[in-house]
Parts: sequence; C-alpha cells; structure tokens
Amino acid sequence: MTFFTHFGRYLLMLKGMFTRPENLKMYWKEFMHQCNDIGIGSLGIVSIISVFIGAVSAVQTSYQLVSPLIAPETIAQIVRDTVILEFAPTLVCIVLAGVIGSKIASELGNMRVSEQIDALEIMGINTKAYLILPKITAALLTIPLLVIISMVLGIWGGRLAGAASGILSADTFDRGLLLKFIPYNVTFALIKSYTFAFIISSIPAYYGYYVKGGALEIGRSSTKSVVVSCIMLLFADYVLTQMLLTH
Amino acid sequence: MIEFKNIRKSFDEKVVLDDVSHVMETGKCNLIIGTSGSGKTVLQKCLVGLFEPDSGEILYDGISFTEMDDDGRKALRQQIGMLFQGSALFDSMTVEQNVMFPLDMFAKMNSSEKLKRVNEVLDRVNLEGANKKFPAEISGGMKKRVGIARAIVLNPKYLFCDEPNSGLDPQTSMVIDKLILEITKEFNMTTVINTHDMNSVMEIGENILYMFEGHKEWTGNNEEIIFSKNEKLNQFIFASKFLQDAKDMRMLEAKGIIADDRNMEDMLNNGEEIK
Ligand SMILES: Nc1ncnc2c1ncn2[C@@H]1O[C@H](COP(=O)(O)OP(=O)(O)OP(=O)(O)O)[C@@H](O)[C@H]1O
Ligand SMILES: [Mg+2]
Repeated sequence: MTFFTHFGRYLLMLKGMFTRPENLKMYWKEFMHQCNDIGIGSLGIVSIISVFIGAVSAVQTSYQLVSPLIAPETIAQIVRDTVILEFAPTLVCIVLAGVIGSKIASELGNMRVSEQIDALEIMGINTKAYLILPKITAALLTIPLLVIISMVLGIWGGRLAGAASGILSADTFDRGLLLKFIPYNVTFALIKSYTFAFIISSIPAYYGYYVKGGALEIGRSSTKSVVVSCIMLLFADYVLTQMLLTH
Repeated sequence: MIEFKNIRKSFDEKVVLDDVSHVMETGKCNLIIGTSGSGKTVLQKCLVGLFEPDSGEILYDGISFTEMDDDGRKALRQQIGMLFQGSALFDSMTVEQNVMFPLDMFAKMNSSEKLKRVNEVLDRVNLEGANKKFPAEISGGMKKRVGIARAIVLNPKYLFCDEPNSGLDPQTSMVIDKLILEITKEFNMTTVINTHDMNSVMEIGENILYMFEGHKEWTGNNEEIIFSKNEKLNQFIFASKFLQDAKDMRMLEAKGIIADDRNMEDMLNNGEEIK
C-alpha cells in the first residue's frame, strides 16, 4: 500500500474514535488501566535512563570545557538546558516508542488476529473508541508527566556525577541551575512531549489494529510501528524546534 | 427471522460465496453444514457484517441490514450473540470477567445481580468453578463453552455459533447442543449454527442449509436429510462406511426386505415414520 492509503486510513481511524461511549464507566476503567500500563509501567526505565543521561552530560560537558575562563557554574547550566530541551523529551520518548509502541501494537494485533476485536464489534461496541482512544489519551496524560520526572532526575544525575567526580560541588551546581533560567524551555519541552505522546501511541495503534494474518505479522507490524514512530518523532522534533526555538 | 438473498463474496478473484439465498427461521436451530472450506464461516460473518458481501441483501426481521448505518448496526448487534470458531475470549480477563463483560457494558444491573447471572450461564454450560481461571489456563473445549456463555449472557435475539462443538467430547457436545436448542425455544431466538458434526445435525437440525463450494446445494431438516437423493449431500453425510451401512439397513428394513424377528419391531416403527 502507498503512503497515502496508509495515511488516509490512519486519519479515518482517528475520526472513528469519536462516538458516544456505550458505557462511560467501562471507558473510564479502560483509561485508568492504560494509564497504569503506560505511565507506571515505564516509570522504572525512564528513571534509570534519565539519571544516567544527566550524569553523562555533566561529565562530558566538563571534558569539553577545559578553559579556566569559564565558570564551573556553566556546566550546571548546560546540563540543565540540554536535559530540559532535548534529552528528557526526545530521548525518553524514543525509548518509550519502543516500550509502549511495541506493547500497543502487539496487544491490538493479537486482539485482531484472535478475533477479539470482532467479538467486541459484534457486541455493538465501537472498538476504535473503546480500544484506541483510552490508549492515546492515557499516553497524552502520562508521557508529559514522565518527561517532567525525567527532567528532574536528569538534572539530579548531573549534580551527583559532578560532585562524585570532583568536577563541581553540589553547591556550585545549584547556583548554576538558577543562572539565566528560561521557563519557556519547559513549555517547549512539554509541547514536544504532547506531540510525541500522540505519535508513539497512535501510530502503533494503527499498525496493531489493522494487522492481517497471524503471529508472524503481529511481530512484523509491531517492529514496523516502532520504526515509523521513531522517524515521525524525530521529524516532528526538528519541525517543532525550527518553529518554536528560532527567533 | 434472518433472510438473505443472493449473497456473493469473493476474496481477490477467489469466489467464496456464490449467490446464496436462504431464510433462517425464528425459534429454530438453523444449521449451515458443509465440508471444511465450503464458506460457512464467511457466510456467517457476512450475515453479522464482519465481512461486507460484494452483493446481495440481508434482512433481520424484515429490516435491511445491508442498508443500515453504523449506529443502526451497533444497536442491532446488542441483540446478537456470537461464538467464534476460535472462541475469541479476551485473554487479559478471567472466565468470569469474560462472561461478565457484555453485562458490564450494557446491562443495568448491580454487581451481585451480574455475578448471579454469570454463574447461572456458567452453570448451564457445565463450567461451574472455573470462574477465576484465565483463557490460557483452560482447555479448548472449555474455551468454547465460555464463548457460548458469553454469547448468551444477555439473552440475545439472534445467536450465531461457529462450530459450537468442535473439539468437545461427544457427551459435552450433546449437552451443548441440547442447551442451544433449549434456549432457542425458551427465548424464541433465531439461532444459526455452523457445524460439520452429524450428531448435531440429527439432534437439532430443524432447518439445514448444505453448502458446497460456496453455493447452496440442498436445504431441508434432519428427517429429510437421511433420505435425500442429492449425491453431494450423501457423500458428505455418509462419509463413513459405518453410517452408510446403517442407512442401507434402515432403507432395507423400511421396505421390509430384511425382516427377521429381531428387528421386526424396529421395522414397524421406522416404517411408519418413513411411509
Ligand atoms: N479473510 C479471508 N481472506 C481470504 N480468503 C478467505 C478469508 N476467509 C476465508 N477465506 C477463504 O474462503 C473459503 C471458505 O472459508 P471458510 O472459513 O468460510 O470455510 P468453512 O466452511 O468455515 O471451513 P471450516 O469448516 O474449516 O471452518 C476458504 O477457501 C478460505 O480460504
Ligand atoms: Mg469455519
């Protein structure tokens, strides 16, 4: 199939999600379930990645800035900005595209192949609304939260590594953190994470929902969905940065 | 009553259903029989709209299903129960949650009423005590029965079963057939069953549609089927030598050709039936 048929079907799928829910309570339950799966389920991996990313960026920045003319506070400043602007939203979301994306695609794919989606459809349930919408909304709620947690942990990781390797003391680091802080950067990061959250939940949902065939195809389409979401994510990252960060 | 006219369906060039028309009657077990690959499952899925037929018309109690919009179909489907050939249980849920699901979604009951109803239908399919098991932990035959329980829990007006007793032992199979017949009568449902099990055919076949390579080859009921002269049908029913012999015996008996003391009584009984 060409790109345009995929894209058309993807848009129709998104449109099909919006109907009156058959039973609001069941939709709420499914939404909570997904929040737990997507949000709490990836908290561990996100925390670990963030701490290490922060630590590495502190050590690396100090390695690159060898001039005695530069105040050590600058290191904290650079760590803060790279973590907030790029590492926390983009890198974490790329990892989440693998973790959450493959989970969504294979879950829906399995339901399609084993006729569970048909069974729901026969009961008179709009499966796009019941299965896909809660996943996307749960991603939109939890992923920006994960990104905020990642920012905090990333900066904390940098602070730890800086102190542990004697690059700069925790006090200096803290002073650096407050230098020339631009709150807009956080807003920008959140805009990015909402966009990425939508990409890494809706694209795998599309690939899973429309699987044809058997177990082999489930694996294949889940891999494909991760690849496509990563590419779309990086593309969106570039476009957003170009749009929102150039003066 | 479900009436369908001139249903055609093909999958890229391959014709699977070729001009099939029939009426599924209310309050009866309507059977679709035929060899593997004859198009039974595809026909059933066309009737409920999981496949869109290429042409033809489907009427549910006189109302056109073919021309219905999505909302109309959704409303109608709340009166449809369906058992899939592969059971299609939700594998993230326990047996109890599976059967409870349609109730949770559509029934206005409190949770103890729901639980009572779930246990009631699980009882009817001989599955008491399996409530907390997951689909992966039960046998294929048990999955089938959970699938039936889930299909009937809302007392549907139309019940579709794709091979309800394949993979079941003869005894359980009989129980399931009886159950389906019973609830069909009790709630005056229109029941459509795909099967190639001859026991079921003889037991509950009140209106039989025999499919052969995608077209309607023969229709009738379980009394007519044994004596049909249709060659393709006969090949299907009397696939085993044993059944063929039994039929020959019965025919001969009926005509009074073999009549010894031993089966004199049988002969009289059967003779009356056959005329
Ligand atoms: N989704 C599909 N795409 C393409 N061909 C299909 C599809 N579903 C069924 N067919 C074809 O349609 C034909 C009829 O299949 P169907 O599943 O209806 O057989 P059946 O009578 O139910 O057989 P069984 O008794 O084995 O279940 C088969 O030749 C099959 O290859
Ligand atoms: Mg079949």
